[in-house]
Amino acid sequence: MTASTGSFGSPSLAVRPAERDDADRLRLSTFAWVSPAAVLVGVFFLAPICYALYLGFTNLELLGPHASSYSFTGLANIQRMVHDPVFWKSVWLTVVFVVGSGIIAQTILGLVLALLGQRAHVSVRISVGALVVLAWVLPEVCVAFMWYAFGQAGGLLSQIVGHPGTNLLSSVPLLIVCVANAWRGTAFSMLVLSAGLRNVPSEVDEAAQLEGASYLRRLFQVTLPIIRPTLMTNMLLITLGTIGDFTLIFAMTQGGPGNDTAILPVYMYIEAFQFNELGYGAAIALALIVLGALLSVLYIRQLRPELRRAGNP
Amino acid sequence: MSQTSGATPTTMALNNTDAAAQTIPPPARTIPMQVAAPARIRQVLINTSLLAIGAAFLLPLLWLLLAAFNPHATASLSAPRFSLHNFHYALQSGAGGAIFNSLYLAGVSTVVTTVFSTLAGYGLSRRRVPFKGVILIGVLFLSALPVTMLIIPTYQMFVTFGWLNSPFYTSLVLGATALPFAVWLLKNFIDQVPREFEEAAAAEGANELRILWRVIVPLALPGILVSAILTFINSWGSFVIPLILDANPGESPAAVGIYQFMSANGQVQFGPLAAYGLLFSIPVIILYVISSRWLSGGFSFAGG
Repeated sequence: MTASTGSFGSPSLAVRPAERDDADRLRLSTFAWVSPAAVLVGVFFLAPICYALYLGFTNLELLGPHASSYSFTGLANIQRMVHDPVFWKSVWLTVVFVVGSGIIAQTILGLVLALLGQRAHVSVRISVGALVVLAWVLPEVCVAFMWYAFGQAGGLLSQIVGHPGTNLLSSVPLLIVCVANAWRGTAFSMLVLSAGLRNVPSEVDEAAQLEGASYLRRLFQVTLPIIRPTLMTNMLLITLGTIGDFTLIFAMTQGGPGNDTAILPVYMYIEAFQFNELGYGAAIALALIVLGALLSVLYIRQLRPELRRAGNP
Repeated sequence: MSQTSGATPTTMALNNTDAAAQTIPPPARTIPMQVAAPARIRQVLINTSLLAIGAAFLLPLLWLLLAAFNPHATASLSAPRFSLHNFHYALQSGAGGAIFNSLYLAGVSTVVTTVFSTLAGYGLSRRRVPFKGVILIGVLFLSALPVTMLIIPTYQMFVTFGWLNSPFYTSLVLGATALPFAVWLLKNFIDQVPREFEEAAAAEGANELRILWRVIVPLALPGILVSAILTFINSWGSFVIPLILDANPGESPAAVGIYQFMSANGQVQFGPLAAYGLLFSIPVIILYVISSRWLSGGFSFAGG
């Protein structure tokens, strides 16, 4: 605005470059736009991350003498973690949960839904799509309660699989929480992959069809290679979303029976808030943050072309 | 839509995508007539298998609905005996207050996140910000990080500053965890708003806040609403953060309330819990339906 008043007498030719300078100049008011968000994220997001880096190496406890006067214990927590069989079991459960119910089940089911939806009658596609999305929109606690009920002796699922007297949550707990998570999360893959399929030019598929290629051949050699970036992004986002999942499993089983469904976030909670070992819990959280961070880097690399566009408008 | 439903089996075989069906009329001459019968069978198979998968998604939802209205509900599907008794019982057990608490937590975090992310999105979109590239990568990085993992340091921070059991500070945590994604979303939406309008408004002497409020906000409104609704749905369902940071009895949101109701007395009361769950789910279902018009735009970001 100062630029336009300064060039008041000159013709519009002179105003243009002045305005562009204005846009490129670093202005104090810019901080007013960005700082509220920066402060909030700094205090409640970045600070906890840094704090976790410290707490993970202390003997902080929830109650007792080490609750107020805790101290730096070096690598003691890491050492304990390495020798903790429950931790390694928890890592394994996390991998099974993320790969089984997240990457495999949700991606395949989402892809099947997207492919079928492409060719099905519009009314069928819309109504089935709405049901799948509804399962996704429901609050996680609600889904946990529903699947908790179905796994009980006499529950819907127990009856369907033909063992009405069995409590499935105590006989095959990991399977049930995986099914529940797949049921809840498939909508995301369905939506993302449907969008990806819509971008596949139909000419390519038609050309292959004219060549006499079978449907499966066209799917694996034409369609899937084209939507590969979408598939990759989708799997990464599912992994990141599933790896930190706490609510569904905790509300269904609290990590039990025993530790049979205690994936890392649940194990962290149990150590920190049930066994009072906040320091050790923070160390477990760090292990997961590191894992999540590595996956986030992969995700960002996937999005790099988009990022480059956003960086220089 | 009417085109597709009125199509003959021959044209059905060609409709590889619904999008194609809506735009380009299929050239019927390339497919010989004898393909029609197998194509029809295939069409039936496709629809049937889609419906079968749909049934697997419908059944649990149906159970929730029927159990909520059935005073003698069990974990299995049973004939509906319509009654509002379960809702009565759930509300007497504190569901109303808990849903109000959820409304407070989700409301405050949504307002804070939406206002802050609109300001930041505008700044990042229009202004020169030092290290903009690094900041944007950081924003994306944070939006993908599993938030549950920060609960211990956040808890310890709340202990140190005496913020524990304060709904306001808890909602700020919820807002902060939603902010990175909201900033990313809104920066992209505001990028798409043409600059000419702002330049015209600036030429008329409007100050920056006025330009943001009168020009940017109306034009980016779909994006702002999507971001607000996603934040609200997220905060509404959030469980572990209020479970640990806001544990005062009577101040817990409904997500925690349902969990406590589940584990309170040895015998799980399916009917009242289903009613509670239904009451708790209805707001987000309504919000989702309202926003579904814009959500497809939001998903193209994640879909790459």
